[in-house]
Amino acid sequence: MATYSLTINGKQQQVEATEDMPLLWVLRDLLDMKGTKFGCGQALCGACTVLLGDSAVRSCTLPISAVGEDSVTTIEGLSENGDHPLQKAWIEHIVPQCGYCQTGQIMNAAALLNSNPKPSEEEIEQAMAGNLCRCGTYNRIKEAILTAAK
Amino acid sequence: MIPSFPFLKRQSVENTSKVFIPSRRDFLKIGSLAGGGLLLGVSFQCTSKDQSQTFSPNVYLSITPDNTVTIIAHRSEMGQGIRTSLPMIVADEMGADWSQVKVVQAEGDESKYGNQNTDGSFSVRMFYEPMRKAGATARHLLIKAAAQEWDVDASTCTAENSTITHSESGKSLTFGELASAAQQLELPDQDTLELKDFSAYKLVGKDTPIIDLKDFVTGKAVFGADVNLPGMKVAVIQRTPVVGATITEYKADAALAIPGVQQVVKINGSGNPPGLNKALEGLAVIADHTWAAIKGREVLDITWNLGDNASYDSKSQLESMKQSTLEEGMVRREKGDFNQARQGAAQVIDRTYEAPFYAHGTIEPPAAIAQFKDGKMEVWAPTQHPQWARDSVAEACGLSADDVRVNVTLLGGGFGRKSKPDYVVEAALLAKETGIPIRVQWTREDDLHHDFFHSHSLQRIRATIDSNKNLTGWNHHTVFPAIGATSDANELHPSDGELGLGCIDFPYEVPHIRIETHESKAHTRIGWLRSVSNIQHAFATCCMMDEVAEAVGKDPVQFALDMLADDKKLDFSGEIKGDFGNYGESLEDFPWETARLKNVINKVAQESGWGKTLPAGSAMGFAVHKSFLTYVACVVELTRDSSGKIIIPVVHYAVDCGIAVNTDRVRSQFEGGAIFGTSLANSSAITLKEGKVEQNNFDGYQLVRMPQSPKKINVHIIESSRKPTGVGEPPVPPLAPALANAYYKLTGSRVYALPFEL
Ligand code: FES
Ligand code: FES
Repeated sequence: MATYSLTINGKQQQVEATEDMPLLWVLRDLLDMKGTKFGCGQALCGACTVLLGDSAVRSCTLPISAVGEDSVTTIEGLSENGDHPLQKAWIEHIVPQCGYCQTGQIMNAAALLNSNPKPSEEEIEQAMAGNLCRCGTYNRIKEAILTAAK
Repeated sequence: MIPSFPFLKRQSVENTSKVFIPSRRDFLKIGSLAGGGLLLGVSFQCTSKDQSQTFSPNVYLSITPDNTVTIIAHRSEMGQGIRTSLPMIVADEMGADWSQVKVVQAEGDESKYGNQNTDGSFSVRMFYEPMRKAGATARHLLIKAAAQEWDVDASTCTAENSTITHSESGKSLTFGELASAAQQLELPDQDTLELKDFSAYKLVGKDTPIIDLKDFVTGKAVFGADVNLPGMKVAVIQRTPVVGATITEYKADAALAIPGVQQVVKINGSGNPPGLNKALEGLAVIADHTWAAIKGREVLDITWNLGDNASYDSKSQLESMKQSTLEEGMVRREKGDFNQARQGAAQVIDRTYEAPFYAHGTIEPPAAIAQFKDGKMEVWAPTQHPQWARDSVAEACGLSADDVRVNVTLLGGGFGRKSKPDYVVEAALLAKETGIPIRVQWTREDDLHHDFFHSHSLQRIRATIDSNKNLTGWNHHTVFPAIGATSDANELHPSDGELGLGCIDFPYEVPHIRIETHESKAHTRIGWLRSVSNIQHAFATCCMMDEVAEAVGKDPVQFALDMLADDKKLDFSGEIKGDFGNYGESLEDFPWETARLKNVINKVAQESGWGKTLPAGSAMGFAVHKSFLTYVACVVELTRDSSGKIIIPVVHYAVDCGIAVNTDRVRSQFEGGAIFGTSLANSSAITLKEGKVEQNNFDGYQLVRMPQSPKKINVHIIESSRKPTGVGEPPVPPLAPALANAYYKLTGSRVYALPFEL
């Protein structure tokens, strides 16, 4: 057990955890932040995606000891009132079906737009390939990202 | 609309079954609310036949003085939009302001809500009419209350935006202001109740956004594992690696030494057959948080008695299933004499089609929360079938169902997996045993190893063609371990129900038809997956029809139309040996109409530009399949991209599902269904060796990702005033064969086994 100091959604947080505990479980179980989802635990589905600095990471395989100084942004911190351009586009296109994978999809898309504000369809497909959606909302996700990138 | 889950506030939906005054009408009752207002209870199963029965409403609709309309959603939400579609029908018929409507999720309680099993694509089909009537009744009462207040004729008043208006005088009152007066009135006669014309609807038949949208995109939506109780611990379970295995011995010391691990508890499994609603044998590691439980499980030391299924190999079972189709099977439908067709045939096409076990792979793995306090069990779970969960928990824990309460969270995908309550039972058993609130958390490995799989299958079809190029005989052998075998080892043949899913109801006019089944045993848990045995049946049937069309020198679309012949209603009478299920509906209410099937075929051909010249390196494939009473035709286009890789630029669907209640959710179900079908066709397969599942996670069990998915999915909805039918499952069956037929056109290779790589 060790104490870690993390910056999550702009807030400083102290947590006690073993060094191998993935950030996902720190968020969900220790900090009761449930917007980040568990899907596979092996960086294969993207449900647990959060931002570390500006980039997308799979929180299920990122040990707390590896988080370091960079700030963490989760879906709860993406925007104040749920009005990030991606969230608005998601609502406009009625993207979600069951909704479970969607927070991970949005966080991954946010990282994409951070590095590439005007992605092509093909760039979107490649960037989003790590995020599974069993309900099959891929095409609306693509449209929503294109809308948000306008 | 305002979504609400009562359990989040730890408050119960008002126990409304007590407040209804008896009256002669059984379908609807008026009740009163403590704070004033109008309460309507709607019952679906009562008819006016038995007046003595106590009234038990399924759905409640209330209007409070603050002008809030509350509607209880009694079906589980798993992505199909049902929490939106059903309340929407009521609100639209009433003339309620949708933004002022509150949708409350019902708990699982059969006495209150009737059967809540959300499966088989039937929610809208079953509840469309009752929902309209409930809304119309409320509107009628409110208008009458206003008319009395103003002393005007009711026919001169209108209901819109939760307000009743008298246009001549310009007077208006809100629903809330009228609710208490409306509560005093007598119910209108249900038989003469006037319903709105379809064209007058503002929400029904339109694209209406789902009510949970904002919560979904902000991470506030509550799924199973998101429920948190004070003092709750997390359990991760090492379940039997082979179905039916038992624990002979175990050591838990290493697990208990992991920081955060509290206890290790054994769960006694159901043995063999495993059953559809029971826990598997296992050892649960209970810890302060999920990570400790996962780490603890890794170091458990368990000795298993593996039992009978330890030698099971799915590949060799498929081999012996294939052998069996060379013999005579049990005849399930017979028309004419297939042997005669065979003897007179100029050509016999004889093919076998293979499809693997499939796992559901909902992105939310199963999870359930249980708390046992003062002799009562309360559970929170993403379940498609809350009452079955309740009864199964009661049975497993030795409680009466009255002492078990099931709260339904949102479901992170269901597809049939979350009908089975085994994971809810596990949580309840552990909560009872330990006395602490428990969340059982399945990992992805657990999910893929211990699913109720869609059965693997083998089919052989023989088609006979005479010298005039007519299809004269159709002999379809189908063999797969039945769902029923999961609870009864003596079930060796597919049931009538499973055959009714796209096999026995072969609709084409062929003079000689014989459909046969063969025996096979289940060695793992078999369940139902989105569209069930329609998956393999449509694959084999539609691929064979394509091959026969080619053999007789016809275009496959034209061939299907020709083989459906004259417009008629099919009843297969005298031909089917068992029950023709028709998805639980009578053929009078939901006839099998070839005209509607032809209509979707023509529509998809027209919309996809079927028959046009495609550029080199592109091809189209066609399939048509009716399931869950919905008529669907599908065209898939394939293209080689610049690197030579085959991609799916577009899928076209034409669908006749009767009235499309929420057109956006109909389209989204088809978009999702196309992608789901693409996974089944191209990516996914579960295999078992030595009784164990060989795939562990989404690396071994592949689902299609964005780059491999169809780039465009065009859904052409037939305008119809017929009764609405299901849309969750019907898009899946025709996708794989349409894709396979396109693949043949492009490459010259026929597809006889799923999955196949593009
Ligand atoms: S849960 Fe992290 S990628 Fe799947
Ligand atoms: S919306 Fe259900 S998994 Fe993506």
